[in-house]
Amino acid sequence: METKDIYGRLEQQFPGKVADFKGDVQEPCCKVDAQAIVEVCRFLRDDPGLKFEVLSDLTGLDWPKEEKIQVVYHLYSYAQKHQMVLKVDLPRDNPKVATTEGVWKVANWFEREVYDLFGVIFEGHSDLRRIMLPEDWVGHPLRKDYVEQEEYDGISTQRAPLVEKLLR
Amino acid sequence: MNETAPVETGFYTEDMTISVGPQHPSTHGVLRFVVRTDGEVINEAIPDVGYLHRSIEKIGEKVTWHGYVPYTDRADYLAAMFANQGFCMAAEKLGNVEVTRRGEFCRVIACELNRIASHLISVGTFGQDIGAMTPFVHALRERETINNLMEEICGARLTYNYIRIGGVGYDILPETCTRITAFLDHFEPLVDEYNRLLSYNKIFIERLAGVAVVSREEALSYNLVGPNLRGSGIKWDIRRDIPYSVYPELEFEVPIGGAQVGKLGDSYDRYWVRIRELHESCKILRQCLKMLPKGPAIAKVARKFKPPAGECYARVEAPRGDMGFYVVADGSEYPYRVRIRTGSFAAMSIIDKLSKGIMVADLIALIGSLDVDAPEIDR
Repeated sequence: METKDIYGRLEQQFPGKVADFKGDVQEPCCKVDAQAIVEVCRFLRDDPGLKFEVLSDLTGLDWPKEEKIQVVYHLYSYAQKHQMVLKVDLPRDNPKVATTEGVWKVANWFEREVYDLFGVIFEGHSDLRRIMLPEDWVGHPLRKDYVEQEEYDGISTQRAPLVEKLLR
Repeated sequence: MNETAPVETGFYTEDMTISVGPQHPSTHGVLRFVVRTDGEVINEAIPDVGYLHRSIEKIGEKVTWHGYVPYTDRADYLAAMFANQGFCMAAEKLGNVEVTRRGEFCRVIACELNRIASHLISVGTFGQDIGAMTPFVHALRERETINNLMEEICGARLTYNYIRIGGVGYDILPETCTRITAFLDHFEPLVDEYNRLLSYNKIFIERLAGVAVVSREEALSYNLVGPNLRGSGIKWDIRRDIPYSVYPELEFEVPIGGAQVGKLGDSYDRYWVRIRELHESCKILRQCLKMLPKGPAIAKVARKFKPPAGECYARVEAPRGDMGFYVVADGSEYPYRVRIRTGSFAAMSIIDKLSKGIMVADLIALIGSLDVDAPEIDR
């Protein structure tokens, strides 16, 4: 199915919850209301005509100028061979969205990664811990304004340039 | 075998929590499991990843488009070529660069050689993990030949930095083509030798048949990709279904698991898919060498590569499955965001689920059969 038609189905099913469809770009995408993301995902997965049985990717994008963090869902259907990209806009100072763990199991780890690196809170997640970084790490590195802490557990994270080291 | 019924002994037994890894020889890189066992039976194995996190995604925001290619090598160092290709495909789509035809063929040749090398490691270490030493040495011997060929093609043996935006770094010479053909002539009969040594080995089969079965639904829900997905009987290969490069012109089959010895989607099925893919890669290589056209190996691309603002998701079929590069450009010299979605990440997340009720020794077989690769999980 064409992405345009998929968006049409969504608009019909969830009036007012989906918006801003971009069809003439590399990856056609649309925006979904943060409150409705789980329903939309479940509908996309279960509808026999759409059958998005796979969540290919779930990641975040930080837009400090627009004061928002986007969570991006890449969906794919093996049966229908079509794809769709969903985006959820969240406020930067308090990014919270419901978990899609109940729709696709793989979302569990993807969401943990987004939580770890972007600081997005996935409400209702069964095991929202940091995944890549240590539990006591400060900050979320993939945010654009992230500043690395100077030391971690007494170990310096800074390093003198190699040339300076050789000259010393 | 997967006999999980608890034995009623009348004795009170206490769960034991042990830590497997991060430096355990069978964990394929640096990863760790916290395993809670009841005697030999695992109640729960919680993966603890992140030991190899090098923030490759963050580095992507700080280097130029051309400069990022060597970093992608490090995402999965057993199959560096595919990460190169994934990123370059994304950049080319964004910047509207047409890859030269010879460049495409050089890419496929290099990638398929890399796939054979990666599968050899996977199959060899898998045997070693569950106690068969010899096949590992045999597999690594052949991989060494591929490393030599790779060195001839691009000057590096592990992290290639061969595929560039617009084509490939160096052309493949006619002498190299001859040597690749010679290698294929030598290698193809050897796969049967591996089969006699390992695949048809009674002990090996008994260890794997019916262990850690992944159903079709689970495979989809956990988004397993590549040989792990095909092992569960789903015929899906990016090369065939979302074709890229020159794969549509080439003939090859997509092997899927067929419950040879146990149940569909068990550890043996996943292993067997990889063995059959070795043959398919050889087939593709022979066709490519025959079809290799003349012409430049790389298109003219601006040194200051500045694709217009936009975003793109490129998929390649790496040895560990669908590798996705989600790249966002904002029109500057640097990518705005590079996201690498790898096969092992999803494969690792299913281990928690599959390990319930299996034996400790089967956990090792499970890790090996899923072919998880620590650098690819952590990036």
